[in-house]
Amino acid sequence: MLMFPSDSLITSFVYSMSALPPFKPVTSYWFRLSQNGQNELLCFPSPASPPPAAMIHSLFLINASGDIFLEKHWKSVVSRSVCDYFFEAQERASEPENVPPVIPTPHHYLISVLRHRIYFVAVIQSEVPPLFVIEFLHRVVDTFQDYFGVCTEAAIKDNVVVVYELLEEMLDNGFPLATESNILKELIKPPTILRTMVNTITGSTNVGEQLPTGQLSVVPWRRTGVKYTNNEAYFDVVEEIDAIIDKSGSTITAEIQGVIDACVKLTGMPDLTLSFMNPRLLDDVSFHPCVRFKRWEAERILSFIPPDGNFRLLSYHVSSQNLVAIPVYVKHNITFREGSSQGRFDLTLGPKQTMGKAVEAVLVSSQLPRGVLNANLNASQGTYTFDPVTKMLTWDVGKINPQKLPSLKGSMNLQAGASKPDENPTINIQLKIQQMAISGLKVNRLDMYGEKYKPFKGIKYMTKAGKFQVRT
Amino acid sequence: MDVGFCLRSEAAGAMRTALMSAENLQLTLKAEPSQEERALTHTKRGPEETHKAGNEDLKEMLESNKESLKLEAMKRVVGLIAKGKNASELFPAVVKNVASKNIELKKLVYVYLVRYAEEQQDLALLSISTFQRALKEPNQFIRASALRVLSSIRVPIIVPIMMLAIKEAAADMSPYVRKTSAHAIQKLYSLDPDQKEQLIEVIEKLLKDKSTLVAGSVVVAFEEVCPDRIDLIHKNYRKLCNLLVDVEEWGQVVIISMLTRYARTQFTSPWKEGASFEENNEKAFYASDSEEKSERTEAEAYVMDPDHRLLLRNTKPLLQSRNTAVVMSVAQLYWHLAPRHEVNLVTKSLVRLLRSHREVQYIVLQNIATMSIQRKGMFEPYMKSFYVRSTDATHIKTLKLEILTNLANEANISTILREFQTYVKSQDKAFAAATIQAIGRCATNISEVTDTCLNGLVLLLSNRDETVVAESVVVIKKLLQTQPTQHSEIIKHMAKLFDNITVSMARASILWLMGEYCDRVPKIAPDVLRKMAKSFTAEEDIVKLQTVNLAAKLYLTNSKQTKLLTQYILNLGKYDQSYDIRDRTRFIRQLIVPNEKSGALNKYARRILLAPKPAPVLESAFKDRDRYQLGTLSHSLNSKASGYQELSDWPAVAPDQSVRNVEVVEPVQEWAPSVGKTKKLKSDDKFYSDNEEEKAEEESESSEGSSSSSSSSSGGGKMVADVYSRASFQVTAPSFGPVKTYELLHHMTGKGLSAKYHFPRQPCLHQPGMVAVQVTLSNGSDRSLEEIHVGDRSPASLNIHCFNTIERLEPEASVTVSMGIDFSDSTQAANFQLCTKEDGFSVSIQPAVGELLMPSSLSEQDFSREQGKLLGMNETSATVAMATANASSQAVKQRVLSVANVGEVPSGQDVAHSAPSISRRDVPPGPLVMKTLSSVLTTGSCRPSPRAPFIRDDGKRSRAET
Repeated sequence: MLMFPSDSLITSFVYSMSALPPFKPVTSYWFRLSQNGQNELLCFPSPASPPPAAMIHSLFLINASGDIFLEKHWKSVVSRSVCDYFFEAQERASEPENVPPVIPTPHHYLISVLRHRIYFVAVIQSEVPPLFVIEFLHRVVDTFQDYFGVCTEAAIKDNVVVVYELLEEMLDNGFPLATESNILKELIKPPTILRTMVNTITGSTNVGEQLPTGQLSVVPWRRTGVKYTNNEAYFDVVEEIDAIIDKSGSTITAEIQGVIDACVKLTGMPDLTLSFMNPRLLDDVSFHPCVRFKRWEAERILSFIPPDGNFRLLSYHVSSQNLVAIPVYVKHNITFREGSSQGRFDLTLGPKQTMGKAVEAVLVSSQLPRGVLNANLNASQGTYTFDPVTKMLTWDVGKINPQKLPSLKGSMNLQAGASKPDENPTINIQLKIQQMAISGLKVNRLDMYGEKYKPFKGIKYMTKAGKFQVRT
Repeated sequence: MDVGFCLRSEAAGAMRTALMSAENLQLTLKAEPSQEERALTHTKRGPEETHKAGNEDLKEMLESNKESLKLEAMKRVVGLIAKGKNASELFPAVVKNVASKNIELKKLVYVYLVRYAEEQQDLALLSISTFQRALKEPNQFIRASALRVLSSIRVPIIVPIMMLAIKEAAADMSPYVRKTSAHAIQKLYSLDPDQKEQLIEVIEKLLKDKSTLVAGSVVVAFEEVCPDRIDLIHKNYRKLCNLLVDVEEWGQVVIISMLTRYARTQFTSPWKEGASFEENNEKAFYASDSEEKSERTEAEAYVMDPDHRLLLRNTKPLLQSRNTAVVMSVAQLYWHLAPRHEVNLVTKSLVRLLRSHREVQYIVLQNIATMSIQRKGMFEPYMKSFYVRSTDATHIKTLKLEILTNLANEANISTILREFQTYVKSQDKAFAAATIQAIGRCATNISEVTDTCLNGLVLLLSNRDETVVAESVVVIKKLLQTQPTQHSEIIKHMAKLFDNITVSMARASILWLMGEYCDRVPKIAPDVLRKMAKSFTAEEDIVKLQTVNLAAKLYLTNSKQTKLLTQYILNLGKYDQSYDIRDRTRFIRQLIVPNEKSGALNKYARRILLAPKPAPVLESAFKDRDRYQLGTLSHSLNSKASGYQELSDWPAVAPDQSVRNVEVVEPVQEWAPSVGKTKKLKSDDKFYSDNEEEKAEEESESSEGSSSSSSSSSGGGKMVADVYSRASFQVTAPSFGPVKTYELLHHMTGKGLSAKYHFPRQPCLHQPGMVAVQVTLSNGSDRSLEEIHVGDRSPASLNIHCFNTIERLEPEASVTVSMGIDFSDSTQAANFQLCTKEDGFSVSIQPAVGELLMPSSLSEQDFSREQGKLLGMNETSATVAMATANASSQAVKQRVLSVANVGEVPSGQDVAHSAPSISRRDVPPGPLVMKTLSSVLTTGSCRPSPRAPFIRDDGKRSRAET
């Protein structure tokens, strides 16, 4: 480690000092040394010619206890020992979420996502945009969820053949082929009890024999020949408030993100337009591919031929000029006294700016300091639980009654002899307010063209807390 | 086509080998196993496999006669594969089912084959003929999946077969099959890189494909096989830009990153002169305000290539994509290609991605960190989006911290520091330590707050957590180095803390500070050294090294008090276990203690050890990440990933722009027309473009680039056309005129079936003498029509190439088919019946004279020569009314084109004063006889009202003129 280039004796002292901790900014001495020709040490040696490579080589599914329970290869088989590098990284990480999403190994790169306590680890051999792989893996999870209702290890193991058929259709040679749910469902029908029974009797299969119509059309998200007896279209406007509230109750940052989820069951090829009373509220939007962008640019109208079934039409961000209404306030008093093994915990919730609507499904959670052994609390309404292993305190409040504010009071027992924790815990709040979009967004009208029948239309508004944190 | 032939023979050879091995194994592809087979598979089983009784029953099930048993067995086999268990010994039993009728069973067999074919190459060959047969299926889905599996079997011996299949599939009428062939290209290339040249040819053809389905996949193949052949892109550049919005999302990512590389080689830099990419922080910060002004003044000097603008304009809507990878790739495109003031467009979308999954956040934050070093202004308004939440993962927290530090400036530093104070108290100690580092960086970058930060850090020294204290010491040490003059108090304070600090890095830092500034703490430093002498042996290496340093420095400045201590420490160091420490001790001793052996060096000891040292610059870890293209794996890892394509610098002078012009719109795809498949080729294309019309209209403004070239022929001159040239004439592309559609069958008379036809003005593929006609059939009724076909025709001798029977036409659906009709060069109507399952309708197509012709390209001389050879004359006149105002030659040409399919003969004469003549010639199949149809039209600036042009048709066989 120590070298003494004749011209920089002094720098080498400092060099030896500043070489240790992980997140250290690189000092100028590093540069001076690396200019002396040691630059190569910083990079992996790259092979002379790029190896022939697919985008996604293989996929391994790993459960929480570190077992590989499914593997799929789109090219030559990659030995599962490649996952050892992943396990190493997993061991180093203190929490499951802390495993780095991109891990380099001598011959491959591992890109992983963690969903439903399953790691989806893709093996890559050469340069590819990492988001490309990550986005694809999330689509895989979404598809599984769509097919099996849940995406758990048990569900995947039970449906291993369907999973394999799906993975086979979703990628060809490591490049995504069909990821649109409407197309996949024509190729491979989702398993239902009824269908399984019919198949056993009649010998028919779950696998389509024809090219899904969507694959070739300019509306790949919609299949043709859709028929319903009841034609309905439901739209849910769901807004989430992300906020950080200060110790003193003032808002540090707050913003509103919203989505419009749709469930459209309409016959034929309907062409819908959806307009807003106040489209100016929408600052930044991202669309389902079905939305005609030009029309939005020009008229602020959503015009689209919808996919069949459930889909996310739009997600948006409400412009930051608007002040965000904070629906609840928290009065808190959490103290630890020096030298005493007792701490006080006192929390009261109350509605703030709710425009007369009730605040429901309130759930408060807080990660208490490591020193806390136990909590003896008294909830005026709802129930609370404290997990002594993870130190997670959860209080299921339910609906807030403005006349009788819910509170949680009591004491905490600390480990004997442990010093007073430096930081007070942050409080995360989840809540729901029905029939209101907190930004004030309103849908003006929904029209249908291209089909003659009259559909049933429904629009629902809801506000939720997203990442809503109160620092204490 | 030599290549094709030689390939065919190679393929045949490979097939023969395959069949031979099949014979050797006495296996045939039958669904039911024969007696022999059963015997064979039993004898083949090795003794060591007998214990695998679990797979025995599977084998029996696979060989049974019942479909359901086989399917059940295959499902279990796939289960084994999924678990990573070895199921290779079932190969012979499985491969026999490859020709099964049951589609699910077949698919599972495919899964198995692709997994094990590489290991069992001989047996895998047995399945090849099944796939070859499937490649000829009328069902496009079956063709495509056959090609998929065939190309996924990694058996080198079938390379020629694959090559042939790819070439044929690349010319398939179904875009889905063509897409599959693009995927197969990469697979073949990875199997046998020697095929590169031939594969590039296929890529070149597929790049010309206009289907959005193919575009993404072929660019992937291009990137993999020949990313350096940038010349293949030129002609397709504008098309790719225009198609981009409609390409599926995964294809968009690949195309955008390829176009980024392309643009960096083809356009000049849009960034103002002098402002290099590596602009330093301060400058970049101010740049956001001042840049726009200066940009305007320099705007005259720089003119953006319209193609460059096209790319930027067409990628912008994709920022609204729901696919995070697409958004990121557009963001990097703007970062690397757009003028500085336009880059801000991407900010909002990138910040939006932070709402997405943890892994997405990680990558996006990494990229923002790199961007925010150079362009603070971009993300400053969104600073609060980077505030850390206690629920974030550690690596997300660290990245957010990095970005906040990059964004800090005089105006917002107090807000940021207040936020940092919360973070320092975090339970996540690694994160707290990183925050202290960040505070240190803010303190050095913004001199106004240095003192505040330093005081804050000193307070942290009394923190209970060791890592926090240690990190503070390290950072304070760095800060003191930048302005050491007035801080002896802090150094004394740290010396007092020394006994309680156990983290070696922190101890080492304090020792270094003592040594470096020993003249400011003359009383304390020797005492610290005394304590260190006591505990020397128990210290970590890094602390020992600094103890030696401290001793040396004190020896030089204060030898009276420390001489003995130094010698003691040097003696301890001399016998230390660590190589480094022994080495250092020896070196220091020689340097500072004069003796007879030491040379001139110790005269300079003081100057060497106590030289003023430059303060460390605290920089972002993302400082040098901009070496890599944003959004890439290499950027994420900060090291070059294999296969990474360097982004080139802008060329000083733009290469020739005209290479991207597309002169000729090709009449047909010129690839080997494999008869039978290409029949519907044109009609298919038409069908999709019909559907796309709606979108095309919306985008018409952006498509001007491609259409301009076709209509840019110079005004005036002669036009020549040729129905079919069997002599030396080259049939050229039809000039685009308005397409007139005629009614063939009204839906009232056709009981719901309606038909319209038009002349696509393209050479008929089926037979040279025929005229191509495209018929659009649509079903206006409420039930589906079946078996639409062409029935009886009159006259009976009428030669028609019919379209394939349409099995089923759904209500409201329409389909376009093409047919060829031999009108025998007469304007006599072709009568035939259009039949459905139940009914037949008589229809007739009456050709206009102008449609019987084909344009050919001739020089003026050739034209006059051929004209002279003509024997007889036949004249057909038509009057085309023209408004005076439209009397330009361009307009006249348009009108003439609307009535006749003609080409233009470039004329050397002065346009205004010549009487340009339009002529066309016509060679009926058979004897070399020509008909020339010439029209003379008068136009010109001298005549305000142009006379109606008349068309004269001279021909041997036709009625004489007089």
